[in-house]
Amino acid sequence: MKIVVCIKQVPDTTEVKLDPKTNTLIRDGVPSIINPDDRSGIEAALQLKEKVGGTVTLVSMGPPQADVALREGLAMGADDAILITDRAFGGSDTWATSSTIAAALKKLDYDLIITGRQAIDGDTAQVGPQIAEHLGIPQVSYAEEIEVEDGKLIVKRQFEDRYHIIEVATPCLITALAGLAEPRYMTIGGVFDAYREKEVRIWTLEEIKDTINKDDIGLNGSPTRVKQSFTKQAKGVGKILDDVTADKAVQAIVDKLQEKHII
Amino acid sequence: MSKDIYVLAEQRDGEIKKVSIELIGKARELAKDLDQKVVAMLLGSGIKEKAETLIAYGADEVVVVDNPMLAEYVTEPYTKALYEIIENYNPEIVLYGASSIGRDLAPRVSARVHTGLTADCTGLAIDAETKLLMMTRPAFGGNIMATIVCERHRPQMATVRPGVMKSLDKDETRKGEIKIFNVKFTDTDMNVKIREVVKETKHIADITESKILVSGGRGIGSADGFDKLKELADVLGGEIASSRANVDAGWISKDYQVGQTGKTVRPELYIAAGISGAIQHVAGMEDSDLIIAINKNNTAPIFDVADLGVVGDVNIIIPKLTEAIKKLKLNA
Repeated sequence: MKIVVCIKQVPDTTEVKLDPKTNTLIRDGVPSIINPDDRSGIEAALQLKEKVGGTVTLVSMGPPQADVALREGLAMGADDAILITDRAFGGSDTWATSSTIAAALKKLDYDLIITGRQAIDGDTAQVGPQIAEHLGIPQVSYAEEIEVEDGKLIVKRQFEDRYHIIEVATPCLITALAGLAEPRYMTIGGVFDAYREKEVRIWTLEEIKDTINKDDIGLNGSPTRVKQSFTKQAKGVGKILDDVTADKAVQAIVDKLQEKHII
Repeated sequence: MSKDIYVLAEQRDGEIKKVSIELIGKARELAKDLDQKVVAMLLGSGIKEKAETLIAYGADEVVVVDNPMLAEYVTEPYTKALYEIIENYNPEIVLYGASSIGRDLAPRVSARVHTGLTADCTGLAIDAETKLLMMTRPAFGGNIMATIVCERHRPQMATVRPGVMKSLDKDETRKGEIKIFNVKFTDTDMNVKIREVVKETKHIADITESKILVSGGRGIGSADGFDKLKELADVLGGEIASSRANVDAGWISKDYQVGQTGKTVRPELYIAAGISGAIQHVAGMEDSDLIIAINKNNTAPIFDVADLGVVGDVNIIIPKLTEAIKKLKLNA
C-alpha cells in the first residue's frame, strides 16, 4: 500500500508562557515538535506498512526548518519525504494550505493519505478534510483505529456519543487522533539513515506549478485572514487566603456561597 | 446578493443537539444587526416533524432535507445536501456547531463552495462599519485569541464551540416557514460503507448542563479523590468535573473534562479543587459566575482567575466543606 502522511512542524504550545509584564506570548525557546496527531499518523502508517507492505512517504508544507520534523519521521521508519516550501506560500489560511498540499499530492501515486486531525497551533482541524475535497477522495476523520482488509481500510470513527466502523476503498484520506497509535521512538540507526540514506525533496512553487492555481496560494489566495490577535485579559484576581486554618478557610467559602445565594 | 444567516441543525437519532439551539439564539442577534433572517437547515431521515421545534427556538425558516441517505452521519451525502442548499439559497453566513460532525462537515463544504471557514469560534459579532462577521477564536493551543474575517468570499462560515452561545427560550407561538428541499442522491454518494454503529450505552455526563461544578485536578491525589468531590457536588446539587490530567491518567472519563480540548462550561459556581490552572484549562471555565479555587501551591495560576482562593490541602478542606454545608442545610 502506498501511504502518504501529511505532517506539520509546530511549536509545543503546551510549553508556551505568557510574559506577565507585557501580556504577550514568549515564543523564544519554545521547542518545535511534530504535531502530536500527525506523529500518531506516522506510526499508524508504519504499522500498516509492516502488515501489508508498501511505502510511507511524508509530506509537509512549511519553512525550511520543517526539514527537522521530516527527518524525525524518516528516523521512525518512513521511506522518503517532501518539504513543500516557498515564500509565496506565506500567510496561507486553510484553503490556501490545503490547495497547495493537494497540488503536491496530485503529483504522487497514493492509496491512502493520513493527516493529523488538528494542529496544536492553528487548532482548526480543517486542512485534512479540505485536502480530501480538492483531491475528490472520501475522508474518514476522528480515526481511533485503522485496519486493512482486502485492500480496503476499516476505520473506527469516533463521535461524542457513539462510533462507526467504516469500510472505505482506496484512494481515501483518514485523519488521525493522537490516540490512534503509540508513536515509536527513533533508533540511532534510524537517525543515521534519516540524514545519510534517505532523501527530503524540496518542492517550491516551481515543482507544483502545473497542478496549482496561483490564485489559491499564500495570503492573497486565502479567503480568511486574521484581523487582530490578542491575549485574553486576566480575569482580575479576587481574594486569596494564604496561611489560614482549614476551618477558617471552610468558613470563608461558606460565607461566599451564602453571599452569592448558592446555599 | 447573499442574504440571511443559515444554521446547521445537527441531530442524532432525531434529537436536535443543544449547540444548534444555541447557534439559532446567536444567529437571531446577528440577524438583527444585519436586518436579515435566520434559517435552520435540518438534515436527516424521518426528520420533518422536528422542524417546528427549530422555529420555536428562533428560526424564521427551516429548510428540510429528509432522505434515508442522511439517517446516520456520513460526510459525502451531508456535504452534497449542504452544498446544494448553499448554491440554491446563497446565504450570507453559515454556522455549524464545532462537534465531531461539524468539524468534519464544514471544512469539506467550505472547500467545495470555495469560501472561508473559521473553526471553533467563541465569539461572533457583526462589525458596525463593514457589516462583516467578526469571528473570534482561541489559537496557539488556547494561549491567544484571534479575530478572523472573510472579506471577499460567501458565505462566511464558522464552526462554533458548544456551550458558549446562549439559547433563546422555547416559544411555541413563534411562526415560521418550513421548506422541503429535495436533493437527488445517487448510490455513489454513499462512498463509504457503515459496517456498524455502536452507541455509547453508559451514562454520558453533560457537565455543560450543570449550574454547579466541583472539579478535580491532580491535587485530589487519586481516582478515589473524586468520591469526596462527588459528596460535595451532591450536597450542593451539582456535578463533578475534571481537568485533563486526571482524564489522561484514566481516573475519570473524558466527558467530565473541562478545558481547551474538553468542554467549555459556564456554571454559576465552579470549585477548582487541586487544579493548577493551566491556560488550556482556564479557557474552558473562566466565564463561570463564581470561581472558588483550592490548591496547596500559592503560585498556582488558578488563583489569577478565582474570585476566592484558598491555599490549602483539598483532601482536608473538601470534606470539611461538605460537612459544614450539610450542617447548614439541617439547621435551615
